[in-house]
Amino acid sequence: MTIQFNDETFRDDYSYHNSAEAIRRFPFPFDKDDYMYAVNMEPHAGGREGSPFENRFDVDEHYVAEMRDREITLNEDPLRCQSLPHMELAGWDLLELIMECKAEDYPELFSLHRDGDRWHWINRPLGIDHKFTFLDPTTLPYGPMEYITRQAQGDFALLDQREGNLWMEAGMVTSQADWSLDFDIGMNFFEWHAPVPKAHEMGIFQRALKFLLAIQQGAPSRRLNWTMTVNPRLDTSPENYHKWGPEKRTLTPENVGEKQFLRVELQTFFRLPRSNGLAFPIRCYLISLQDLVTVPKWGRRLHRVIRDLPDELAEYKGFAVNRQLIIDYLAQFDDGKPTSPGIFPDE
Amino acid sequence: MPATKFTPSITSRPVYDGLTPHGAVPALMLANGPGGEALLELIKTDPTIPGHAHVIYIPEGCGFGKTLESKGFASYFEAASYASVLPRFRKLLAEAGMNTRLYLAGTEGLIGQATSEALEAGMLPEAIDAEHRGSLARRMQCVHCKGITENVTTDPFTCSHCGLSLFVRDHYSHRHAAFQGVCVDAETPGEIPPRQEIKA
Repeated sequence: MTIQFNDETFRDDYSYHNSAEAIRRFPFPFDKDDYMYAVNMEPHAGGREGSPFENRFDVDEHYVAEMRDREITLNEDPLRCQSLPHMELAGWDLLELIMECKAEDYPELFSLHRDGDRWHWINRPLGIDHKFTFLDPTTLPYGPMEYITRQAQGDFALLDQREGNLWMEAGMVTSQADWSLDFDIGMNFFEWHAPVPKAHEMGIFQRALKFLLAIQQGAPSRRLNWTMTVNPRLDTSPENYHKWGPEKRTLTPENVGEKQFLRVELQTFFRLPRSNGLAFPIRCYLISLQDLVTVPKWGRRLHRVIRDLPDELAEYKGFAVNRQLIIDYLAQFDDGKPTSPGIFPDE
Repeated sequence: MPATKFTPSITSRPVYDGLTPHGAVPALMLANGPGGEALLELIKTDPTIPGHAHVIYIPEGCGFGKTLESKGFASYFEAASYASVLPRFRKLLAEAGMNTRLYLAGTEGLIGQATSEALEAGMLPEAIDAEHRGSLARRMQCVHCKGITENVTTDPFTCSHCGLSLFVRDHYSHRHAAFQGVCVDAETPGEIPPRQEIKA
């Protein structure tokens, strides 16, 4: 498999685009015609061939452009990458995990050669060829977490496990749906979820935490989460809200199909062997509504989900102000026919 | 002024259980404003406490200093502000023994900052008692410029560093000892809702 990497941007002129193949493999998050919170975990043990679930760390046509966008964000705000001092070992765990997985799953793109603690890493898409000593931070240009997450799509949080809880104590966060690593770092699982409406009362977080605490080495899990974003912008951070916020109010009936994106997070959870921490990659996928409706099942279903969503959720996810525009647009693609179960396109 | 009763609140906001006496053990006490009264009530319930307790009080215009000074504490120090007394507080924490109790009383900003310092110095959370007294003012971190604005009593308010109008998000960070302030007119620049007083 050869991937043609897009030359595209996630800011300014927003030249981001999905190829026909990227649309077909989009991780559509709704397996039925309505949505409510759930602890929707499943084993992250492969998936349909060609889908984003097939490999442990999905690499797609947006890889190179996303890494360029991350670099821009980090130059403007280095606090997007932070690691409390006791988390360095977890950073090495993460580096090892990503390098091993990518070298095994994409041998034509990545190679890892190991001779004891002397490692040789080759990342062909980004033009990196680097020899370093595992567990010796002086042999890397950044800390281990920052080094490897500058080469991996999606945001990453590293969670320490103690006192029967998970503590977010390191992370690389440049493509987030409106949460601040700098503010949340050091919080436990319940604290960092405090602003989420309804789910606390539903007992969602208690059950989710119990599940996560029990994740074992070699048995990662995954779930999908979603929101809506105007323009294909990765950096929808609270830090820059005053910069991207005005764009949310630029939707019209004429441009909604082109400018409104469904934003899906593929969240995965890996137990780390040395630190006993959890790696929590949050991979962001964006698709414009006009691309999404080319899959008839998805057009029908998204219309029903958005139309019937409780107001509080639309408010929390930040698209209440544009909800009617979105519903009106999607209604054209909903002929009322039944939809098949599951997330994948028909046929 | 009695201890503040907060409305049921968000999960990330700390809970202040009030001061309970732990007897004749080494203790550090730090209070500001009406928090001084909480210390007086505490030692009234257990007169063995003062002989082992080092007290720092920041009056902020309240008149509990004279009475506190007369209670026979192991030491009593009156400070002009939290910032000015921080080096002294840090030294006391650094020298504190394993079984030292920390009693904090006063505003949320004081309790939050002092708690961070104490945890940083290796004190266990269960060795810290805290009671909220006085102003409901919040300590706010601007999520945009990262500056801290002290004593915020209205929502929205103006960031004292970057000047953006911020709303008070119900989200609290122990590490920053602050709530989160987020630009209130980000989507519609210039449209700022009327200021309301923060009520618990």
